[in-house]
Amino acid sequence: MMKKILKNSSAKGWLYLLPALLFLGIFMVYPLIDVFIYSFEEGYNSASQTYFGVGSYNYSYVLHDPYFLQAVNNTFLLVIITVPLSTGIALLISVGLNSIKPLRNLFQTVYFLPYVTNTLAVGLVFMILFKKTAYSDGFINLIINWFGGASVDFIEGPYWAKMFVLCFYTIWVVMPFKILILTSALASVNQEYYNAAKVDGTSKARTFIRITLPMISPMIFYLVITGFIGAFKAYSDVVALFGTNLNAAEMNTIVGYVYDMLYGDSGGYPSYAAAAAIILFAIVLTITCINLLISKKNVHY
Amino acid sequence: MEVVLQNLTKKFPSRDKKNRGDVIAVSDFTFKIPDGELIGLLGPSGCGKSTTLHLISGLQKPTSGRIFFGEDDVTDLPPENRGIGLVFQNYALYPHLTVKQNILFPLQNLKGKDKLSKEEMLEKAHEAAKLVQIDELMDRKPGQLSGGQQQRVAIARALVKMPRVLLLDEPLSNLDARLRLQTREEIRRIQRETKITTIFVTHDQEEAMSISDRIVVMKDGVVHQIGKPQDVYDDPANLFVAKFLGTPPINVFDGQIRDGRLYIGEDEVLDVKGISEREVYVGIRPEGFLLQENGPMRCKLSRVEVMGRDISVVAENKASLNPTIRAIIGTENNVNMQQGMVRFALLPRKVLLFDKKTEERIKF
Repeated sequence: MMKKILKNSSAKGWLYLLPALLFLGIFMVYPLIDVFIYSFEEGYNSASQTYFGVGSYNYSYVLHDPYFLQAVNNTFLLVIITVPLSTGIALLISVGLNSIKPLRNLFQTVYFLPYVTNTLAVGLVFMILFKKTAYSDGFINLIINWFGGASVDFIEGPYWAKMFVLCFYTIWVVMPFKILILTSALASVNQEYYNAAKVDGTSKARTFIRITLPMISPMIFYLVITGFIGAFKAYSDVVALFGTNLNAAEMNTIVGYVYDMLYGDSGGYPSYAAAAAIILFAIVLTITCINLLISKKNVHY
Repeated sequence: MEVVLQNLTKKFPSRDKKNRGDVIAVSDFTFKIPDGELIGLLGPSGCGKSTTLHLISGLQKPTSGRIFFGEDDVTDLPPENRGIGLVFQNYALYPHLTVKQNILFPLQNLKGKDKLSKEEMLEKAHEAAKLVQIDELMDRKPGQLSGGQQQRVAIARALVKMPRVLLLDEPLSNLDARLRLQTREEIRRIQRETKITTIFVTHDQEEAMSISDRIVVMKDGVVHQIGKPQDVYDDPANLFVAKFLGTPPINVFDGQIRDGRLYIGEDEVLDVKGISEREVYVGIRPEGFLLQENGPMRCKLSRVEVMGRDISVVAENKASLNPTIRAIIGTENNVNMQQGMVRFALLPRKVLLFDKKTEERIKF
């Protein structure tokens, strides 16, 4: 019997794949399907494993929940602001790093530091920078005051201030990885292309747009896609900045909403959480597909 | 355009920390390249030929010396203002642009009064493409082309602006043997048609000899000889040049001159009047041997290689610097080839003498 299977080459292939497929199936595919099923089971109770019925009520509830809408709004704002900005700034810094010689390693290390720093430690630093306490208005406010402006409460104040801190924080945290990828992509562009462009009298700007950008476009594309996905999944950063009661702070994200629905103070609704998670999945899938479509025209492998 | 190099020197700072001296890539190179000629810069790797090309292109600045294109001193001009076309060793075609876009690229850089309309650009691009016979591949990407086709695109891109000087850096080194033969003819044809002064770099002596109007033989940054290919081959200035040119390579022996006669080992092979007694290197071209039953030069026969057009006789001689020597003999010489001794007479004009110390040529 074994011999027969080993002779059939496609059966042999499946046999070798079996261990990996087993683990992937149990830990990746099954939970995904399960979440999908939960999202249609109304009033599912995880303790008693019971539910009232099957339907789309969970989706309808989540989509009409103002907290969810707030979370979607926050997440989209975060994504739209941080992904282009962080990629753009990272590109600028990488080009800068690539064109200087002295102190290049020092700068590279400095820019990479946030990547290896603990999230909580970073949160603490941002607290010192932005948080208003009984003793101090925070470092940023000191600067604002020094220029004659009035203090702003960045952590518990107006919505735009909180969103600013969140975006600032997100961009700062994702930058090092992008700089790392882009500097190595830039360094791997063959110098001969630049020499050829130079001989042809190509201006710096044109060289950058017509040669450098297309050459590193696969890496930029990779960063944009992972950037989108990462920003859509934002949660821990928000907690580090604004604490766990995100709904009250109007700073919840979609993942935050899912977590709250499961374990938060008002939690215990796995069906709603599942529905919200599936909606997030659909959003990310759509955006990634759009990205892929756009990339077909503009990314050169 | 006439190109004049005047005492051109390029030094690079040494990377070796113990030995802080500069590395001299090109040393005191003076040469006047006549208008419309095809010049081959020839030498082993690291001899400074590519550096010379980069100095002419302006991608590198000389340490001292000057470069003129006609009357213009271009030494301090950046590459884009020199009016040159440069073809890189790896072609450096932009992989994300089509052939047409690649050829148009230099034209689109033109500014001010040189700016062309779209139609003019397309017309020029087509002209250049036609010249190198790739006008049917205009919409392909470089990745879809063969090596030879990429090479042509690179030449078209370099020619489209009608440069004053065309520079080619090892243009054939990435091609296979057949294509190399074909492409070098092509380069010759294009150069003849455009009459653009062309300088190309190669380490392949056959390539340089076959298409150049003049070749420049370099070693360690120093120019050893400049001249027409046949002249350099027949009349090399020193042992290096003699060894570098010619396939199969020249055979070199230890020799002595006594009483106006040249001795190789014990054999008295040639009369050389008017040269004082001394030790010499004797270079004999493979075609300089004649099979002769009573010939003065005795060698031990190793084997005979038949190549159709002619016969290659491989033999041993104690005075030879290499383990074997190689003589090329016409097939009409149906001499009894048996194991043992083989005797040669020598053609005097194929025998070259070099000083033992300086390795300079001794004429006789």
